[in-house]
Amino acid sequence: MATATTERLTERLSDLWETPHTLRGVLGTVDHKTIGKRYLVTAFLLLIAGGIEALVMRVQLQVPNNHVLSPEGFNQAFTMHGTTMILWYALPILSGFSNYLFPLVLGARDMAFPRLNAFSYWTFLFSAIFLYTGYAVGLGPDAGWFAYAPLTELRYSPGANMDYYALGVIFLTISSTAGAVNFIATMFKMRAPGMSLGRLPLFVYGTVTASFSIIFALPALSVACAFLYLDRHFGTRFFDPGAGGQALLWQHLFWIFGHPWVYIIVLPALSFMSMVIPTFARRPIVGYAWNALAVVITGILGFGVWVHHMFATGIPPLALTFFGAASMAIVLPSAVSIFVWLATLWYGRPVLTTAMLFALGFIILFVIGGVSGVVTAAVPFDWSVTDTYFVVAHIHYVLIGINVFPVIAAFYYWFPKMTGRLLNEALGKWNFWVMFIGFNLGFFPMHISGLLGMPRRIYTYPAGLGWTAPNLITSIGAYLFAVGVLLFLVNVFWSLRRGAIAGNNPWDAASLEWATTSPPPAYNFAVIPTVGSREPLWEERLGLGRLSRIDEGPPLDSDRVTLQTSTLDGFPAAVQRMPEDTVMPFLTGLAILATFYGLVTTAWWLAIAGGVLTLAAIHAWLWPVRTIREV
Amino acid sequence: MGGASVALAGCATAPSVLRPESAPQHTLATLGWWLIIVGSAVIVIVLAIELVTLRHRGRTVADTPLVASPGSTRGIVVGLAITAVVTLAFFIYSAVVLGATERPRGRPGAKIEIIGHQWWWEARYLGGTPDQAVATANELHIPIGVPVALQVTSADVIHSFWIPQLQGKIDVIPGIRNTFWIRADTAGTFHGQCAEFCGLQHAHMMLTVTAEDARSFQRWLAAQSAPAAAAPPSDTAAAAGGRAFMSSACALCHTVRGTGAHGILGPDLTHVASRHMLGAGAVRNTPGALNAWITDAPSLKPGADMPRIDLTPATMHAIVAYLQTLR
Repeated sequence: MATATTERLTERLSDLWETPHTLRGVLGTVDHKTIGKRYLVTAFLLLIAGGIEALVMRVQLQVPNNHVLSPEGFNQAFTMHGTTMILWYALPILSGFSNYLFPLVLGARDMAFPRLNAFSYWTFLFSAIFLYTGYAVGLGPDAGWFAYAPLTELRYSPGANMDYYALGVIFLTISSTAGAVNFIATMFKMRAPGMSLGRLPLFVYGTVTASFSIIFALPALSVACAFLYLDRHFGTRFFDPGAGGQALLWQHLFWIFGHPWVYIIVLPALSFMSMVIPTFARRPIVGYAWNALAVVITGILGFGVWVHHMFATGIPPLALTFFGAASMAIVLPSAVSIFVWLATLWYGRPVLTTAMLFALGFIILFVIGGVSGVVTAAVPFDWSVTDTYFVVAHIHYVLIGINVFPVIAAFYYWFPKMTGRLLNEALGKWNFWVMFIGFNLGFFPMHISGLLGMPRRIYTYPAGLGWTAPNLITSIGAYLFAVGVLLFLVNVFWSLRRGAIAGNNPWDAASLEWATTSPPPAYNFAVIPTVGSREPLWEERLGLGRLSRIDEGPPLDSDRVTLQTSTLDGFPAAVQRMPEDTVMPFLTGLAILATFYGLVTTAWWLAIAGGVLTLAAIHAWLWPVRTIREV
Repeated sequence: MGGASVALAGCATAPSVLRPESAPQHTLATLGWWLIIVGSAVIVIVLAIELVTLRHRGRTVADTPLVASPGSTRGIVVGLAITAVVTLAFFIYSAVVLGATERPRGRPGAKIEIIGHQWWWEARYLGGTPDQAVATANELHIPIGVPVALQVTSADVIHSFWIPQLQGKIDVIPGIRNTFWIRADTAGTFHGQCAEFCGLQHAHMMLTVTAEDARSFQRWLAAQSAPAAAAPPSDTAAAAGGRAFMSSACALCHTVRGTGAHGILGPDLTHVASRHMLGAGAVRNTPGALNAWITDAPSLKPGADMPRIDLTPATMHAIVAYLQTLR
């Protein structure tokens, strides 16, 4: 069965796997690499949109009593900024990398459910279009990204603004849930033979832990948003205290989702760093099992800390103490991850590439964000800092420090694999230092304005309260940070044309994605590799001998198939037939979009028609096709 | 917005949570300082370790051979142990502070019901007989050196009551009556502000707490509980203004105790002239600003429920003169 790569084999595989360059191909492709790149580009555009919203806010707040934005303009800007960044950018960008890389890192030809994968991208894109439709027509959500009821109820928010929020969020959860199921199934069933769970690249642990969290956390959010929509349009009273409802019900539902979500949007990014740091420390990670366990434990503990956001709601002291303890406990697995990376650096020979600089910067920002997290976990002092700029500083150290910095590191690291060209390293170093200095200049003073008593989400503030200087510095830092992001974009566009040719493995890294060409062929690997160690491309130089077989293995070229392996040990279990391209996921997404437009405009005929079309499209998608094949 | 561009009366310096003016906030701030000091040390130590790990750098990937040694996980174990001890210490410290500040010690010197509105604070001093009722807005007075018991709730959406230099926050939630307490140990006027986003004018939902010795406080309370004094007959403008107030839209929304005005939608105006600001920190309470506020409140505080009032300049002038007498 073992075959070496031949030209005839690669030709046959190309015929089986390549997507034609037609409109049908563009809308119908199920290639995880194309889908991954689409996720990355779409999520980055949303990052830019959210960034522009932030810059407008910083212009408004750079001096006291400013009038650049109206109160309504400011409230929409900060709500759109938070909602975009936390829900529509932070996870999808990570899903982009994971989509592109999962099959490559695992030695498979595609994700477990390629059509579901296409569907999760299309619903992500359409939900973003839906959300921004509201903003474009002046009905952007305006009650904050956590949208506390009863401010969001019809009586206090009569416009359709919060309908765009509630429905947009439900729409997005469809996408995220589909994506999560896919990552889990792919990790458990699609690994190369020999890749037992103990040989799994650490990269995979983060995304899979986050995917499990998504499946358990997102229903609370969908339910909360559905309740809100029902309250607003069908006369229910879930959040109306005047009619037996409970204002705090929203907060419990929201944060049962919301706190796990924080880990959902950082754990995959941490795991990216567990790939980047060993590569550039020139050694295997020190404390592999520690790191893997830390990630999984963080994901689990993330479900026990939601009240952490509600310390000032008047909850009894015993409950406060319990949730304070849980919030403190979550520091421990994070600390383990930090020490694993430091130990890896300590025993290695670090090479300061741009990706590595972003990883090193990330470690420091993670520590600062972790420390301010402990400050907010100390319940009595949280009463002083909650809902102030201190918390704004904290979430940005966490989300930019542990999401955006790793994401940029990941771009520098994997861009060559995706495009065949390296990003420019000289510009990259400028990129890092401008972003790092701009970030700290912008966000560190927010700790201080918070301690000086400045609440978050105020569209203006008077002079003479001591908030003028920190706000001016914050605005300058924010502009500098934006220049840093711009340098990254310049680098991407320059390098796409003129970047140095990467070759298969420009960083001399250890994992399977670097064994194939850059960019990889549609079928990823001509033969399915066999894995015998955690570092298949390093094992001989590490003195472990030749345990893995990269260039020889089953070619699986009889049809569009890939190998399924056993859950724990990665024994070959079955040959899985993979579906062809189809436009049905795209059409299903469009039909759902029509449904949501119908719901938001309360054009019930459109909602019903969209619902019927959705069912029809799913029907057509799943309709069995009778084929006779010889296997 | 002329008035908003100057500092709120008596609040020339920052309302920093680390410059406490009360015993409970002092306890919180001490915890805060320990968190900041130990946290800063942690950041510096990790940064130092990280820089030290870079001492054996390779120049490029190509000319740096792989390191095959297994490395030791001892550092991870030690680091985890230290982290666990430090966080456990902070957890215990926080729990102790929580127990110590949760309930006040001693008899409260006043009991106040706080009701959050979009976007102003209603305050009702409890405990007196009905004819001693004190209702005011946005500017509390409390006696120093004793706890003051608060009952907080909201008439509409969620707000959060916060005087940074006196106490932590308590959320102001419709349908829930939270009990809370504050205390001031130095005399002065302290800035406070709604801390939970509550809609369009969340930025203009400020309040002040004036802490004064027991005798001054009792004097203030007595003055506030008195019904509105009738305008002196010599002041014809004010007398005319009073009549205009009662017969126009004003009395539908505002109460002036001792008169026919019993509206409950807006702040109690019985002693409005004793307050420093209008519109919960939106503008200073001067005759000119008051005139502007009545004429066109929505332009001074967009979204506020106070409507534009269309009156002749003479009537407006009279109403302002009347309100000036409500000390």
